[in-house]
Amino acid sequence: MKYRLGIDVGGTNTDAVILDDQLNVIESTKSHTTKDIETGIYRSMKTVIDQSGIDPAKITHAMLGTTQCTNAIVERKNLARVGVIRLGYPASVSILPYTAWPQDMVGILSGKYRILHGGSEYNGESITPFNEDELRDLLKKWQGEVDAIAVVGIFSSIKPEQEQRTEVIIKQLYGQTFPVSLSSTIGSIGLIERENATILNAALHKVIQKTANGFAQSLIHEGVKNAKTYLCQNDGTLMSIEYARQYPILTIGSGPTNSIRGAAYLAGAKNAVVLDIGGTTADLGVLVNGFPRESSIAVDVGGIRTNFRMPDIISIGLGGGSLVKEDKDGKITIGPESVGYQIEEKALVFGGDTLTTTDIAVRLGQAKVGNSKNVAGISLEFAKKVESKIKEMIETAIDQMKTSGDDVDLILVGGGSIIAPERLAGVRSIIQNPKGPVANAIGASIAQVSGDFEKLYSYEKIKREVALKDAQQFAEKQAVLAGASQETLELVDVNETPLAYAPGKTTKVRVKVVGKLI
Amino acid sequence: MRYLDKENIENIATGASLFGAGGGGDPYVGKMMAISAIEKNGPVKLLSVDEVDDEDMYMPAASMGAPLVMTEKFPKGDEFTRAFNRLGKYLGKSIAGTFPMEAGGVNSMIPIVVAAQAGIPLVDCDGMGRAFPELQMTTFHLGGVSATPMVVTDEKGNLSILETVTDKWSERLARDQVVEMGASASVSLYPSTGRQMKQNGIKGIVTRCEEVGKIVKQHTKGKKWQLAQLLNLTQGFHLFDGKIVDISRETRGGFNYGEMTVQGLNDDEGQQMTIEFQNENLIAKRNGQIVTSVPDLICLTDMDSLVPSTSESIKYGKRITVLGLPADEKWRTKKGLETVGPKYFGYHFDYEPIESMVHREVKV
Repeated sequence: MKYRLGIDVGGTNTDAVILDDQLNVIESTKSHTTKDIETGIYRSMKTVIDQSGIDPAKITHAMLGTTQCTNAIVERKNLARVGVIRLGYPASVSILPYTAWPQDMVGILSGKYRILHGGSEYNGESITPFNEDELRDLLKKWQGEVDAIAVVGIFSSIKPEQEQRTEVIIKQLYGQTFPVSLSSTIGSIGLIERENATILNAALHKVIQKTANGFAQSLIHEGVKNAKTYLCQNDGTLMSIEYARQYPILTIGSGPTNSIRGAAYLAGAKNAVVLDIGGTTADLGVLVNGFPRESSIAVDVGGIRTNFRMPDIISIGLGGGSLVKEDKDGKITIGPESVGYQIEEKALVFGGDTLTTTDIAVRLGQAKVGNSKNVAGISLEFAKKVESKIKEMIETAIDQMKTSGDDVDLILVGGGSIIAPERLAGVRSIIQNPKGPVANAIGASIAQVSGDFEKLYSYEKIKREVALKDAQQFAEKQAVLAGASQETLELVDVNETPLAYAPGKTTKVRVKVVGKLI
Repeated sequence: MRYLDKENIENIATGASLFGAGGGGDPYVGKMMAISAIEKNGPVKLLSVDEVDDEDMYMPAASMGAPLVMTEKFPKGDEFTRAFNRLGKYLGKSIAGTFPMEAGGVNSMIPIVVAAQAGIPLVDCDGMGRAFPELQMTTFHLGGVSATPMVVTDEKGNLSILETVTDKWSERLARDQVVEMGASASVSLYPSTGRQMKQNGIKGIVTRCEEVGKIVKQHTKGKKWQLAQLLNLTQGFHLFDGKIVDISRETRGGFNYGEMTVQGLNDDEGQQMTIEFQNENLIAKRNGQIVTSVPDLICLTDMDSLVPSTSESIKYGKRITVLGLPADEKWRTKKGLETVGPKYFGYHFDYEPIESMVHREVKV
């Protein structure tokens, strides 16, 4: 028998699971996330392996979903000094790199940038000729003053060659191991947001080395010596640890994605809405063909606007600890205030003095926690009114996440899920699973490997079918680099957006392929 | 006269994307350019139209081309200084200031950038009071001011001055040049004297955009208060609340055509609204009956926050509040309706002002 080990670091808990090769859950554990994160990972890993009693040498795949990169950005720790090279002068000078960044962050990253000649127009023609001497002069000046370089070319997804050439020259001068991040491999169209993501990626290179090395050493220490190792990405797929060393930014936001995918896997669903009710908030995500739907809006990471893909999640202020209040007109409000983790002291059923949604659930007989005598005094009429308010809040949130008017399957997870009513409008069936609490770690361990590609094509110059095939081949190349097996690759998403006010039937094409782990 | 700082600019950007009526582009890049420009050069002086000298020469500044291209390749920053210098020489007059031609996410911001960089004042008027897709669609055109001499320039330094026989010709020739310059370029057109601005401009539009932005920002006061304030400010109507359940798009001749269906919520439960657009929203129908048509404005906002939604952000499931705002009286004249009325956009009905349609609907 062969096994998989999955670990997911959350804000509160670090979960670990072991699955067999049929993806059945053999053992699971939970421990508090530690301040340094690493200790918590190691602790959960050790516990789950010890408890399972399996031979750790039989673990063939080990996956980690971690918040180390996110934390480094939020806490501004361990970040590299990044030099930003933008290619496209004289275009784009009206908005310089690092504009609208938090000032402290700019200082930590050294704030160095230069806009050099080069870059492409939307149709692939040069804006100005790329000048290698100009680049070499700059690099001589920056020698020893930067730890990593972010290279961002205008329309580089159409012509990545200039960015690639820049990397070659940097490595000639600074050495082959010098970290270089190319924007064409990181984000999509939208220069500022892609540049920001590329800068963050470059800034994280020390953090990711520490994360990757720490994980590898812990595995070896626990006798997991035959496993391929992977890190989780925010789109619900995995990347090999070697690939992750180059793209640390992609680990940001993997937690909610893992939760959605894990929950869905446990429920045996590929298309569903996942509702995760905690103590203070309820998070909703949508699973489409086995993957979390991506958000279409810009995402802020540590106060910096980026455009890389994140799961489309909405949060509402409704949880098991949410405060229930009634005003003098009899209008009921629930949350967003919550007793949070203090629920076992403050809620009525636990002998406290605060009316929470959990108390209502107990009064209505939906849940059996604490002492039901404490809530016997609440009138049934009032409890029903609160219940219908909870129902309305959940139904509205579900409806907002739907993509068509059809009823959906709902997967319900999380510690606060006892407050959810049994029936909801717009919902075909509600699926609950006892393994819900470690859904995150399960999501981490069942993931596949993906590749994305985006580019503008003129359908007047290149046939649509040829363009789509071209984009698919690029995406497949990315997926194989990230650790997918070529034979198992399949096309999961094609997105075509025609450009307004542009000639030649210019269309933005984005494709995504997914394959199994090698 | 007053000065615009960063906060003013953010509010103006929000309001302008409302008056964009579905078009006008994403305000983000424009806003960033404007904020960068004032951080470098200091606040921008805003003059009301009454404060400008009748004989002085003013030049509007705008970006023309594909909004998506502008999110990737944006200007160098000195395009308009160059354009104004050349055009000033051409006209034999110096340029006293600038103003916006359209109230949209991008083009409300470009003149602020220019004013900051060139150290000239911005005048509180524009030529549309909303966004429109073609450059002859301005109130200056209606008033007989020529779009040319017009400057088209790019970040590389290419520059052309156009003289055309009609404003429609300016649209055709400039559009081709813009494409050659990389599908996004800087333009300056309708050079106007202070007197012409007083006659033809839509006055106070910058301030009106700012007021809208201020209202939208005060979400703590509640949507009801915000909505009442917005309608009062714009003399507009709350047309519909609902959820987008269908949206179809296609591109023809470089323009986005499409239609969206909105299913009623709140007071509009059980009803349906369809909105037809060609870049900007053109026609709104409630249960098949037209309730607002171009040139009156059909504006989509987020149902919870009233933040204006650009057409790019419209997707299935989005909850929106639809507002209908009356267009400036200049658009409701014979020449105005010939230029931007329903028939110009290929419809076969006559324009009727929003207020009379909405009031008739209430009576029924």
